[in-house]
Amino acid sequence: MMFSFEEVQSAVMAGEMDKVVELTRKAIEEKLQPVSIINEGYIPAMNVVGKRFKNGEMFVPEVLMAARSMNAGMELVKPLLVEGEVQVKGTILLGTVKGDLHDIGKNLVGMMIESGGYVVIDLGTDLEPEKFVEAVKEYKPEIVGMSALLTTTMLAMKETIEVLKEEGLRDGLKIMIGGAPVSKEFADEIDADGYAPDAASATELVEKLINA
Amino acid sequence: MLIVGELINSSRKAIKPAVQEKDAKLIQDLALKQIEVGADYVDVNCGTQVFNEVETMQWLVETIQQACDAPLCIDSPSEKALAAGLAAAKGNGKQQMINSITAESERYNNIISLAQEYKPKLVALCMDDAGMPETTDDRIRVIDKLINNLTKDGIKEEQIYLDPLVKPVSTGDEAGLEVMDTLRYIRRSYPGVHTICGLSNISFGLPNRKVLNRVFLIQTMTAGMDGYILDPLDKEMMGAVYASRALLGQDEYCVNYLGAHRKGLYK
Repeated sequence: MMFSFEEVQSAVMAGEMDKVVELTRKAIEEKLQPVSIINEGYIPAMNVVGKRFKNGEMFVPEVLMAARSMNAGMELVKPLLVEGEVQVKGTILLGTVKGDLHDIGKNLVGMMIESGGYVVIDLGTDLEPEKFVEAVKEYKPEIVGMSALLTTTMLAMKETIEVLKEEGLRDGLKIMIGGAPVSKEFADEIDADGYAPDAASATELVEKLINA
Repeated sequence: MLIVGELINSSRKAIKPAVQEKDAKLIQDLALKQIEVGADYVDVNCGTQVFNEVETMQWLVETIQQACDAPLCIDSPSEKALAAGLAAAKGNGKQQMINSITAESERYNNIISLAQEYKPKLVALCMDDAGMPETTDDRIRVIDKLINNLTKDGIKEEQIYLDPLVKPVSTGDEAGLEVMDTLRYIRRSYPGVHTICGLSNISFGLPNRKVLNRVFLIQTMTAGMDGYILDPLDKEMMGAVYASRALLGQDEYCVNYLGAHRKGLYK
């Protein structure tokens, strides 16, 4: 049997990790371009997963299984990639703001965005505005995504944006926010560029902000 | 068993405009209705009013008190909003509840003095500066610290309602089990301390959430949970509450089960 991209795609979508690994091995044996395994196998599959998740046809555990399967395949492909071969669609910094330790939503967002072919740098939780500043200087991301789950820590998003402005880093940088108490109105009020209510919408928002 | 009615929360679609337009009637009706169907406490949460939470909390508490003298659960991570709510609630002469303190040092220090001053029932959330607990052992470490500090600061064990911190089972297979294990530890180590949780976190990311929420109530109640923050107008949920209490020997002669049956409070 010849390797087929359709087969690896459906294995990723179904979250069949062992099968993804087996098919990836086969692809490598058949001397397929490593980068094409990613671009024509994994990423289209994860895009479908993202859409189905958004439409309520797939659910969080299934998305996690799909991502885990893709990552298992990636482990095999990564060492074979030539530097610069994989086109990076963009870099996104993610973090939960100062005073807030919640991370489940942020982690889901990170996973979904990463599956879409972006580089995600997760700075963690309880981040002082200065941490965002340092990271923006170091990684030069296209987008900074901030999360807060507490009504008391939402205002730390505002503070972080203000500090980024003071440091002269706001221009050319897109900022998106999310978290249970956050809204579109709040995003507008604190001068963020976008708000996403859930992980599926966050991926779409990233696409929109990058292509804006 | 302690039921806190969760419906007066400005993050809910039906409540947000009522809070912003100061629709006293809607708020009062909702407080009365929750008490009528069996809530012991009425939760008051206006955290989405980020820029005027304190004034909104005061208005909500005063408004509810004009209609009834139900004890209130003042619900906010902000000590300013808690202080405003507690001060405004003084009139009803009841022991209020506050939700919540944690073992995070800043939040603990901000809120403990309010607990000492007003002597409310106190929801204590199992998290500290190290972050969200991942395992049962993490929770146990935080619980030991919390109980030790709270009792040292003059809070009585029976005032404390430990919230074991419920995480979604969609992102961790053991999420339900960890809560159950934690409850057994609390029952064993601190029999005088109460426990409480909300029910919706467990089902995040999954379909048919009501089924998961309801079964989780039954399972946690069996493991010793004795407080819930829930929607008391949800008749199927209340059916699980009344039936579980009867089946766990918490309802002598099934009086409450039968009384609620006659009033049509559950199905």
